[in-house]
Amino acid sequence: MNIHEYQAKEIFREYGVPVPRGGVAFTGPEAKKVAEELGGDLWVVKAQIHAGGRGKAGGVKLARSLDEVEKIAEELIGMTLVTHQTGPEGKKVEKVYIEEGADIQKEYYLGMVLDRTTEMPVMMASTEGGMEIEEVAAKNPEKIIKVAIDPTIGFQGFHGRKLAFGLGLSKDEIRPFIKFAEALYKVYMDKDANMIEINPLIKTGSGEFLALDAKMGFDDNALYRHQDILEMRDLSEEDPVEVEAAKYGLSYVNLDGNVGCMVNGAGLAMATMDIIKHEGGEPANFLDVGGGANPDTVAKGFELILQDENVRSIFVNIFGGIVRCDRIANGILQATQKVDVNVPVIVRLDGTNAEEAAEILKNANIKNIIPATDLADGAKKAVAAAKGEL
Amino acid sequence: MSILVNKDTKVIVQGFTGKEGTFHSEQCIAYGTNIVGGVTPGKGGQTHLDRPVFNTVKDAVDATGATVSMIFVPPAFVSDAVMEAADAGIELAVIITEGAPVKDMMYAKMYATKKGMKTIGPNCPGIITAEECKIGIMPGFIFKKGPVGLISKSGTLTYEASNQVVKEGLGITTAVGIGGDPIIGLSYKQLLPLFEADPETKAIVMIGEIGGTLEIEAAEFIKNNITKPVIAFIAGQTAPKGKRMGHAGAIISGGQGTAQEKMDALAAAGVYVVKSPADIGKTVSKALGK
Ligand SMILES: Nc1ncnc2c1ncn2[C@@H]1O[C@H](COP(=O)(O)OP(=O)(O)OP(=O)(O)O)[C@@H](O)[C@H]1O
Ligand SMILES: [Mg+2]
Repeated sequence: MNIHEYQAKEIFREYGVPVPRGGVAFTGPEAKKVAEELGGDLWVVKAQIHAGGRGKAGGVKLARSLDEVEKIAEELIGMTLVTHQTGPEGKKVEKVYIEEGADIQKEYYLGMVLDRTTEMPVMMASTEGGMEIEEVAAKNPEKIIKVAIDPTIGFQGFHGRKLAFGLGLSKDEIRPFIKFAEALYKVYMDKDANMIEINPLIKTGSGEFLALDAKMGFDDNALYRHQDILEMRDLSEEDPVEVEAAKYGLSYVNLDGNVGCMVNGAGLAMATMDIIKHEGGEPANFLDVGGGANPDTVAKGFELILQDENVRSIFVNIFGGIVRCDRIANGILQATQKVDVNVPVIVRLDGTNAEEAAEILKNANIKNIIPATDLADGAKKAVAAAKGEL
Repeated sequence: MSILVNKDTKVIVQGFTGKEGTFHSEQCIAYGTNIVGGVTPGKGGQTHLDRPVFNTVKDAVDATGATVSMIFVPPAFVSDAVMEAADAGIELAVIITEGAPVKDMMYAKMYATKKGMKTIGPNCPGIITAEECKIGIMPGFIFKKGPVGLISKSGTLTYEASNQVVKEGLGITTAVGIGGDPIIGLSYKQLLPLFEADPETKAIVMIGEIGGTLEIEAAEFIKNNITKPVIAFIAGQTAPKGKRMGHAGAIISGGQGTAQEKMDALAAAGVYVVKSPADIGKTVSKALGK
């Protein structure tokens, strides 16, 4: 789960990670009020969406008067921001964050993530702050200083010194930097984060370190013990169909093609999309119905797939293990009675009791249901059906 | 021969008396797995599925001589269970539990490593030596005995691959579902040399997925250490590029973990890389000169 910049900065404040003063607003007048309370004569109005690259896409703007704050906020709220991290459809801006304008003397990059190789959290810092950090990582990896932190010893002074000297900080910058990094480590561990990114981390004219940007993501498996984080969830940032699917224990992702897929297991579901493409088709979705695959989940699966108007055929690809294929076949028949399925459904059931299942489907004699013998046969038929060639 | 487990392996089950634990233990026993007891704190002294129940793993190990534990404990308590197994001298813990917090598994694995305990999983189907010993939740009948070792991140794709191999008239020595969580136990790199050393295994099937770098590390390892033919399929070739936040993930992995990157690395290491998941079985046959 991800949260907004303004929420991440709230958490930062709680842990003593220095951030500029600021407040969130949902309307122009609200934004003006926040700016008025902050005081000063320079503000930054920042679109709050769960994606980076806002600056370059026009979602972060400087304002030099209260009226300008209001005007920019009004422009940003309601607009769809397309950045290199949102995908081409972009994200709708529903709120803005108003922050005091900072006196940037130097920009750095500071991030934390789990390093799967060392199996420890790693802190990364670079003097090359700003958008092109991934390019820096690819072309000049030596410009990124990485420190894996063994959680059994926690954040030690030497971790901080490695980063600080690596960044070339001067003698009096080292202590405040280490304090900053140590507080950030604590946030990461305490909150079960899986990603924190500060880009840029700045040094101000008065020698302070400040987090100017804050991105945070969390381990979904640990959210049960973080009620405060769960309350920060913004459903408007998520695809409503995916949210609906999750309620039924289904994992659904909408795609651009016209061959609907219903599969058990994420790996097989991805492999099914792969083989559809391999056979010359385009998958309309990823749908993992999980281990259960009972009449209710299958019916819900059909509903989810069919609300996409592009769908011309559906490939049901289920490998029955503990759940027997004959039960799944009956589930499919029941589901087709509950949901009006008006496109060809190619059904491939393999595994436990596959023959009985084939018999059940054959005897049901439903025109729309076309049995397939194996993965390749099913994919070929589903692609042909989508092209109207079956 | 096989790797890691066989018909003589003494297995206990942590979370033995729960719904999942009971159901799958029954299935494992029916398959022939030598389950010698289970652990459910507070139920020590009882009998379940005709096997003794113990309060602690230590008690179970002392009484039965078990060396492997199959773990069905709920996610919030799973790291505790893994560490208890390690502390009690268990040699291999097979962690079936789905949904374990990453931070918990990080500590649990560090402790397991310190105690010399191997782990498989979490969030995996387990391990099966065909027709001898099933420790996990896979449908046993798909795994007929034969010359192919199987390592897979994904559950149902493991079944699909084994099924294809069996339909070719071949079969499986041992199949290991390693799981796809950020922190996992044994991975390709640790399992490949075991299959290389197993005289009955003549070819190795490796099923990977997008994300992470384990397959890339495996490719490097195969190039230098594995002489047996390796057949690989990577799921997610057509997965859309995920929307994301921030750059940190890409920086640390030094790449995006795409299927293509992995397929290229494996092909360069001399692996038979299969594009269509329907061709896994056929390609194994071809690699074995059948
Ligand atoms: N409070 C502030 N005062 C002055 N300048 C700011 C302030 N906040 C942001 N900026 C400027 O705007 C730029 C873009 O903002 P920010 O980094 O928060 O968003 P972003 O573009 O989404 O980030 P990224 O490129 O890391 O995804 C910053 O690099 C910084 O130069
Ligand atoms: Mg930024």
